[in-house]
Parts: sequence; structure tokens; C-alpha cells
Amino acid sequence: MSPKRRECLKKGVKVAIMSKNVEKRVELIKEYEGKLPKKVIEDALKIAETTKMKDLKKTMERAVEEYQKNLIQPGEAAGIVAAQSIGEPGTQMTLRTFHFAGVAELAVPQGLPRFIEIVDARRDPSMPIMEIHLKEGIREDKGKVIEFANRIEEVKLSDIAKIEEDFTNKQVIVVFDMKKLDGIELSFDEAKKIVEKNARRKAKEVGDNYLIFEPGFSTLKSIRGFKDKLAEVRLRGVPGIRKAAVLQEPDGTGYYLQTEGTNLKGVLVLPEVDASRVFSNNIREIENVLGVEAARNAILIEAKKVLDGQGIKVNPRHLMLVADAMTYDGEVKAIGRQGLSGQKASVLARAAFEETVRHLHEAAMTGEVDYLKGVTENIIVGQPIPVGTGTVKLIMKLGED
Amino acid sequence: MADLDPEVILSHEYVPKHEILKDKDVEKLLEQYKIESKMQLPKILSSDPVVKAIKAKKGDVLKITRKSMTAGEAVYYRVVI
Repeated sequence: MSPKRRECLKKGVKVAIMSKNVEKRVELIKEYEGKLPKKVIEDALKIAETTKMKDLKKTMERAVEEYQKNLIQPGEAAGIVAAQSIGEPGTQMTLRTFHFAGVAELAVPQGLPRFIEIVDARRDPSMPIMEIHLKEGIREDKGKVIEFANRIEEVKLSDIAKIEEDFTNKQVIVVFDMKKLDGIELSFDEAKKIVEKNARRKAKEVGDNYLIFEPGFSTLKSIRGFKDKLAEVRLRGVPGIRKAAVLQEPDGTGYYLQTEGTNLKGVLVLPEVDASRVFSNNIREIENVLGVEAARNAILIEAKKVLDGQGIKVNPRHLMLVADAMTYDGEVKAIGRQGLSGQKASVLARAAFEETVRHLHEAAMTGEVDYLKGVTENIIVGQPIPVGTGTVKLIMKLGED
Repeated sequence: MADLDPEVILSHEYVPKHEILKDKDVEKLLEQYKIESKMQLPKILSSDPVVKAIKAKKGDVLKITRKSMTAGEAVYYRVVI
């Protein structure tokens, strides 16, 4: 770079763009695709217009050198480094579960409890939450969004009616709260139809605001059972969505929904939603509906959310390793006894982890062989561990040229 | 409930691009990483929604192009089991 040019750059003067041979320079950068990650290539393309060919070539060579220097070495104990890197700041994570201020937000487990939930790949998170973004044309209009929110909120019969059993006459009486029924924009006749369909029988008596059913059972237990079944009848909404709150999009493009309770499949099929941006915090549900790769993404994003929420900085590469390890076999596995550690190939490694006697016993009965390929087994038998320099299996022939 | 429309699954932000690798590319891949058998690759179940959506069969190797927060884009491979 000429001194004059450098001066210009320092002053922030826009450097004259060297339009000559730009294509050639871009071509040069493109040659490095595959050698460098996409992000670096993109950055290089940004300076293509303002850098000389000679400088650019030097820069790219240097970038490759630096990139390779920073790649992880074969044999590096990446898992242990990841465990320590997440564990150390994790100890500083407070156990407090705090609630957001305001009415619309929901109380979500934060910090360590939530992190454990993610890593354990729990089937049901303690607070399942969905974030539903809507299509353009709907999300700008708050009225429409609220209307949609009301529509997907699940309403059960027990929410809007009093259900009582009358044991003397062997009847079940459903008394609707007409105000609440109005609130969900359902007429009495419509509600009656839905209830009758689900109860699989016609009401014996119909009043202004009540229905009387005769289940035809005589035992107290079966009448109670019938009543409980009626209470669960869904009058409206998507099953599993207990509450939906309307929130403003952070980029100001409108409103989105946050729901308590999740049903990814049920929501994805609705025509109003932007199906590419419906998120659930239930990783198992994502795995079932969208596949392992989506679940891996979810683990990564959820874990990062927890750490960011606590103001803890962890290099995302460590979290990626955890997410990759959890999804390696094609399904989400917990870290721990039920998952990764409990399914290790080596008997000795499993015995060293938990339930020593059971593992040894079972291995003895089935005639299992330990190939001593992992770290734990080799420590137990007192051999060098296959980590770092221990990975290398080379024998040098001495005395020969 | 019926299966979701494949379009919906593939268009989701969480789902990266999955492609079925051609046989000769599989060989190249194994050669590049010095892998003896494709079964040593990370796995994906044949019952996986995305596998069904792109109609991959058992034994296929999928090339998965992920969006990565560190590298911009990262390529990963999985074999369908």
C-alpha cells in the first residue's frame, strides 16, 4: 500500500475503488473456498475492491496459515476442554429462577435448572414455551394477532362450565357460564354439539344454559370417570396450548406470540403462521417433528440462551461439541447415565461411571470384550491413554538407515 | 396426526440443507477423511422427518450444510440407518 493511500485510509477518506481487475481479485479469493471457512471468504470479498492484487494474495496466504494454526490438533481432548469451559463459568451461574416484570411474559426456568434440562434432554421441560411468528399481513395488525391468539388458546369444557355429578339420579349436569361462552364466541348450540359428539351420547335434557347427561353407568366410579372425561372436552384451540401472550417483535415489524404449552405440529399446519419461524423449547418435540439436525440446532440455541441470560460467555464451539455428541447416533441422547455415559462401548468405562457391580456382572454373563480403546479403561489397567501424544501408534525401527 | 408437509419441514429455520450424496462423492469423502466404512459417520435415522421429506434411503450419505455462528457455513455428513 502506498503511503498516500495509507494516509487516506487513516483519515477515513473513501479510498478510490480500483475497479480494474476486480473480477480477477474476486476469482483469486474464490480459489480459497474449501481452504477457509465461508465467513473468512466473505470478509475477504469485502476488501477485494480496495486491495491490490499482490497484497490480497499475501493476505489470503496468511489467513490460510493462521486458520490452520488454529485448527484443533489430532488427539486433543476436546471433550474435556469443552466440559471444563462450560463447567467453570457454570459454577458461577446463580440458582435463582427469576420472573420477568410485566403481565404478558411468562415465568421461565432460567440458569442452572434450565441448563440441566437441556443437557438431560428431558421429554417434558418444566415450562414448555413456543414462540410463534406470523405471516406478513397479519403480524402488523395487533387486533388480528390477538384474535389469532384467542383462537389457538385451548379452552376445555371445565374452563367455561361447572360440571357436577348427581349420584341419586345417576346423572352428570353441565352448567355453562354464558358470559365465558360468549367470550370464546361460541353459541350454546355449537358447544352442545361438540360436547355431545365427544361424550358419544345425546344430552337427556337441555336447558337454557345447562345439559344433563345420563351416562348409563351405575357405579359411582364410572360416573366420576364420565364427568372427568367431559371436563377434558376441548371446545376450541390447539391441544396443548394453555395460554398465548401477544408480544412486540424486537425489530418492530409487528407482533408475535409466546405460548405456554407447546404443540409444534398442531401450530405448523395453521395457515396464519410463518412456518419457518415457529419455535418450541421442547427439544424432543423438535426432534420428532423436524428431525435431529433441527434438534441439534435447538440444543445449541437453547443452551446459548441460558448462558447469555446469565451473562456468561462460553465459546460456542464447546456447546457445538456437546450438541454434536448428543445427536451423534441420530437421536437426541442425554448426557449421563441414561444416555451417552451409560452406552459407552467399554465395560470398564461404564463400570467406572456408575453401578459398577451391575455392569461387571452383566459383562461377565454375556462374555463382553473390552478393546481398551477409550481413556477410562486404559487408566484402569495402567496404560498410556489415547489422548494427545498417546494417540500415536508408531514404532521406530532402530539401527536401520 | 398426519405427517407434516415436507415443504414445511424443509423451510423451517432450524432445519439445515440436507442433500443425498452421490456414490462417487461418498467414496471421495471416505478417502478425504480416511474412513474405512461409511457406517463410521454420524448417523441419522431413516424415520427422521427430514430423511422422509427428501426421500433418502437406508445407506445413503447425507451432506448437511449448516449455518454456523463461527464459520458462517459448516458441512457435516450423516449416514441414514
